[in-house]
Amino acid sequence: MTLEVALFHRFEGFALEVGFEAPPGVTALFGRSGSGKSTVVNAVAGLLRPERGRIVVDGQVLLDSAAGRMVPAHRRRMGYVFQDGRLFPHLTVRQNLLYGRWFAPKGPGAELGRIVDLLGIGALLERRPGALSGGEKQRVAIGRAILSQPRLLLMDEPLAALDEARKAEILPYLERLRDELALPILYVSHSLAEVARLATTVVLLEAGRVVTAGPVGEVLADPGVAPAMGLREAGAVITARLAAQEEDGLSRLDHAGGAIFLPRVAAPLGASLRLRILARDVMLAVERPKGISALTVLAGVVEEVRTGEGPGAMVRLRVGDEAVLARITQRSARMLDLAPGRAVFAVLKAVSVAQGDVGGRG
Amino acid sequence: MMDSLTAEEWQAVALSLRVSFWATVLSLPLGIFVAYALARWEFWGRQLLNGLVHLPLILPPVVTGYLLLITFGRKGYVGQFLDQWFGIVLAFRWTGAALAAAVMAFPLMVRAIRLAIEAVDPKLEQAAGTLGASRGWVFLTVTLPLILPGIVAGAILAFAKAMGEFGATITFVSNIPGQTQTLPSAIYAFLQVPGGEAQAFRLVMISIFVAMGALLLSEWVSRAVARRIAGR
Repeated sequence: MTLEVALFHRFEGFALEVGFEAPPGVTALFGRSGSGKSTVVNAVAGLLRPERGRIVVDGQVLLDSAAGRMVPAHRRRMGYVFQDGRLFPHLTVRQNLLYGRWFAPKGPGAELGRIVDLLGIGALLERRPGALSGGEKQRVAIGRAILSQPRLLLMDEPLAALDEARKAEILPYLERLRDELALPILYVSHSLAEVARLATTVVLLEAGRVVTAGPVGEVLADPGVAPAMGLREAGAVITARLAAQEEDGLSRLDHAGGAIFLPRVAAPLGASLRLRILARDVMLAVERPKGISALTVLAGVVEEVRTGEGPGAMVRLRVGDEAVLARITQRSARMLDLAPGRAVFAVLKAVSVAQGDVGGRG
Repeated sequence: MMDSLTAEEWQAVALSLRVSFWATVLSLPLGIFVAYALARWEFWGRQLLNGLVHLPLILPPVVTGYLLLITFGRKGYVGQFLDQWFGIVLAFRWTGAALAAAVMAFPLMVRAIRLAIEAVDPKLEQAAGTLGASRGWVFLTVTLPLILPGIVAGAILAFAKAMGEFGATITFVSNIPGQTQTLPSAIYAFLQVPGGEAQAFRLVMISIFVAMGALLLSEWVSRAVARRIAGR
């Protein structure tokens, strides 16, 4: 499944002009609010008719303004999970879940029992939406979209209306969906943590334009786009294999750049974990540092040093076949004589697990 | 109380119930359609339609009755057409009384249903669309169930209004016992003859009874439906 999108649309004081391709997997449309993410998703869903555009899913043209063709929303088979859930209040959870089945093509599709198990909503089936919590509503909304047998799942900030605890409750379900259903997902978000955790591909939008697009590891490790991500949040993702659970409560992960130590991670040995390393949590040294408290030191090579306004510099390192971003000062960069090709050591002050088992992807 | 009704009084009550029932049932689909159009569609002449629907509410009923007479009467264009092509005669028949009642009750019905439609979040209808439902199915499976309380309220209100309609009815179809003499017309007739007060009073009591009953029923039904829809 691939999705090709090219759109042009004008609002008052704002023009959207984007083009991108979404390969299989989770494609995150990432950007600040007002960057045009929702407009893109609405155009893909058929809820908005752009001035000009072309949208193709797997060779089927859904929109071609040049040819005057627009497939109406109800024939596009896009499962849309809205930010506000939009469950039908007069139907039970079960009826909500089965709503799309009425209109879906006959034949084998996602099975109710399996989706209910996957989303953990078995106990809610006979309840009505009015009696559900925000997180439960959102899980039902996701199930409803999947059970309509869509070609593509569209998610417009499905977690934005939830508090952190509810987000943490739903994210694992989203990961399971991605890994178990092989259903392509277009995921709108303004949270880098979510993107780092879920996405395989990132399309970065700013003021109605695509700044960059590509595999998540590359986009997040691009020093040039770090400002658009927000410097505090900028950071790369790498994948490492859980090698050992050590006696003092730490987990050791193996990576081409060196061993990575984390507080105990609950995952089976050998599992591939996606790790997020914020650029501000990385220190650089030109010699292997000794006598420091940080446990994780990765060996790498400087690929790019990007300076912008202000005293900071963003450095991209190649570590094994992955990239890590470090945010340091320009003065440090000069002192250490950092330039592409220079071997350095990255000292990681903090690493977070962005995602559990990434399976074969690791 | 029913036992003490004379045949003539009972006839008036039965006729009023029949007239109001058909006036309500037959105008309901059109009422829903017009309410939907006014609530949801932008079209040329929307304000005109809105004004037209509400006209019977503000015009003197006599004027509405007269307009019906010159339109649907035997000599009226529509009346002649209906008579010639379908053999339907409205003037001075109970069917005409039903038409008059329907026209007079229509604004109340449309108002109630329109308010209900405006309270439905179009985002829910959009969501139904993304799940594969065409416009017609969205209306049947999402909009209609959600506006059911409004429809029930509108219908009962219209029924009660139809039961009480007098001015337009008597102007359009006169006051013929057994044919067009509805409850209010009968009360009026009894009050015109000496010694008719007792009969008139019994019908007045029935009127009050029916009106209060309709009001309570409408409250109860819409609350029950609303509770079911609120999803608790």
